[in-house]
Amino acid sequence: MAKMAGKQMFVEALKREGVQVIFGYPGGAIIDLYDALDQDGTIKHILVRHEQGAAHAADGYARASGRVGVCLATSGPGATNTVTGIATAYMDSVPIVVFTGQVPTALIGNDAFQEVDIVGITRPCTKHNYLVKDVKDLPRVIKSAFYIARTGRPGPVLVDIPKDVQNAKAEFNYDEEIKLRSYNPVLDPHIKQIEKAYHLFEHCKRPILYVGGGAVISGAHEEVRELAELIHAPVAMTLMGLGAFPGTHPLNIGMLGMHGTYCANMTMANSDLILAIGARFDDRVTGKVDAFAPHAKIIHIDVDPTSIQKNVKVDIPIVGDCRKALQKLIKVIADNGRPTETWKEIFSPWWEQIHAWEKRHPLGYKKDPNVIKPQFVIETLYGMTKGRAIITTEVGQNQMWTAQFYKFDSPRSILSSGGLGTMGYGLPAAIGAQMAFPDRLVIDIAGDGSIQMNIQELATAMEQRLPIKIVILNNRFLGMVRQWQELFYDRRYVATDFTFTPDFVKIAEAYGATGLRATRPDEVEDVLKKGLETPGLVIMEFVIAREEGVFPMVPAGKATTEMLLV
Amino acid sequence: MKHTLSVLVENNPGALSRIAGLFSGRGFNIESLCVAATLDPTLSHLTLTTSGDDLIIEQIIKQLNRLVDVYKVVDVTEEGAYVEREMALIKVKAEAETRAEILRMCDIFRCKVVDVSPRTYTVEVTGPKTKIDAVVELLKPIGIKEIAKTGVIAMSREKKSL
Ligand SMILES: Cc1ncc(C[n+]2csc(CCOP(=O)(O)OP(=O)(O)O)c2C)c(N)n1
Repeated sequence: MAKMAGKQMFVEALKREGVQVIFGYPGGAIIDLYDALDQDGTIKHILVRHEQGAAHAADGYARASGRVGVCLATSGPGATNTVTGIATAYMDSVPIVVFTGQVPTALIGNDAFQEVDIVGITRPCTKHNYLVKDVKDLPRVIKSAFYIARTGRPGPVLVDIPKDVQNAKAEFNYDEEIKLRSYNPVLDPHIKQIEKAYHLFEHCKRPILYVGGGAVISGAHEEVRELAELIHAPVAMTLMGLGAFPGTHPLNIGMLGMHGTYCANMTMANSDLILAIGARFDDRVTGKVDAFAPHAKIIHIDVDPTSIQKNVKVDIPIVGDCRKALQKLIKVIADNGRPTETWKEIFSPWWEQIHAWEKRHPLGYKKDPNVIKPQFVIETLYGMTKGRAIITTEVGQNQMWTAQFYKFDSPRSILSSGGLGTMGYGLPAAIGAQMAFPDRLVIDIAGDGSIQMNIQELATAMEQRLPIKIVILNNRFLGMVRQWQELFYDRRYVATDFTFTPDFVKIAEAYGATGLRATRPDEVEDVLKKGLETPGLVIMEFVIAREEGVFPMVPAGKATTEMLLV
Repeated sequence: MKHTLSVLVENNPGALSRIAGLFSGRGFNIESLCVAATLDPTLSHLTLTTSGDDLIIEQIIKQLNRLVDVYKVVDVTEEGAYVEREMALIKVKAEAETRAEILRMCDIFRCKVVDVSPRTYTVEVTGPKTKIDAVVELLKPIGIKEIAKTGVIAMSREKKSL
């Protein structure tokens, strides 16, 4: 077999993995890989303006498409700039592979120029990582990296490649099957556990399906729907689960948790059986754990055994792929023959109660003819796009209003940093999503704070001619933090009031994009309409009610039934 | 409750720091940790003692298993029959009047004197932690100058093996 340089192996391996696009930023320690990419010419490289943007863009690409996202950064500061993006992907189980250049092996450990122990730094926030010291290992390492990133509970994998390894030569063998004796994710759930789970359904009166991001990742949306309809059970979703079950479905009772609906939280709290599907009982969902769903038995399906029993005690653990588990459960239920009508009848008192909760405190907000309400902007946007769009969000109130007032009917249509809550995620993620789906409408819903965290990526989007639409809900506050200060710190607005805000319309124009602004409610529709119709990148700024809050809200550390309502 | 875990892990760079990092990052405590290669040089055997209630131990074991490099984890405490050893080197003050007493104690506890100097004896003691503690307690009044201890190493009895 002919010998090949590490840098060519890199390109060849990426091609074999089916990689079409990668996001990155060059530097001395990675210049050789760049050169090889260019020489080959098959893989499209997107030059970002900050390595954090590259990692988020790879993440957005992965979340939107279900494929592995790839990013590339140089050693030292390039590598450390990716860390927030890596941690974001880690928390939300997003498959990305990050390649970083490293100083030559002979200099490792010598505090060489732009040297940093990125493998050490990212150890706690990657699913796995590698420092490649010998070019002979490179093909196997890259192949393993992709395999580990996308299988089991997906996650980020980092591969650090010293400069001399990029240039050293060895044989390239990529055909060997990857077998990692110490890594064997369990995908097939145990049928005994499924049968036990079914048994609980047979005896319950007040069930709830609690659906999380794992359902989206495993592609279980059809199964969630089938199960819900089969037994006529209410479905509540986490932020990460939105889209795993149609937001417009009559069995949908909304999002759970800190800013979930009153109805979803009350339903969960009063249920006697919770079926958790790829959801991890995050503290934002359970509230005070001791007071969480006191009468419920819990069935928990998750591909990652560590998620089960981590925060709450579980009666029936089911380790495996959510989709496979649901298929089996549906079959067991169908085989046992209780028809949907019967389930409906049995659960009808439960539904009466649920509808009563729904009626008592529906999601809503106080309309105002003089000032723009952010919820109104989102509602109107939903009305115009009817769920066709891929929505990315930043973090804060903008994120929660989006989750509450936009209805997501299909999976992978909301990309949002759930676990880490990373401001600055939305714009680069939108770039990734738009690269994956050039023909779809991609919208980043942002706060005026968050958008400024990776605003430099406007240049990337412009350079690539990506027609991303950005909706900025401008309250001139770090709104979500301000809300906490309002409620729990006697309105002492410390370090949350922006005394200076840039002119976002001019920013758009400076980048060569279109900028639009609405300051009055009667302008909202026009601006949205014009913004969506205008080709190319558009920033739509909405000057909103400064002190609007996100409600309902469960104060941190309180039981989910102790909600602050509108 | 105290648990002794036996862990087989790929002999890869960084594997140990991944395990140590898991404990510190998740707020679990490592009481002792012993590592060395096994007969198969691609695997290392690691004995780790930690404590916590059942849920915490369950999490620790699952989290360890989740690491890509971890091949197998056994809670030997849970398995029942197991042997556990720790070794200590103890340097004690040895003056004319105490030398005989030290030797007598070594005899009773089957310790070995592995080094002698005009003022000290260095004693090697091997056994379960309780025995080591007992020896240390008895030597303390005589005057311990230095002590070096391994962590616990452990193995299930009978046919059970990792
Ligand atoms: C990188 C980062 N820094 C700080 C925070 C803490 N934080 C959470 S929400 C928020 C305010 C966000 O403000 P803005 O983007 O204007 O959105 P709004 O809440 O006003 O919609 C802050 C600072 C965070 N989530 N991420």
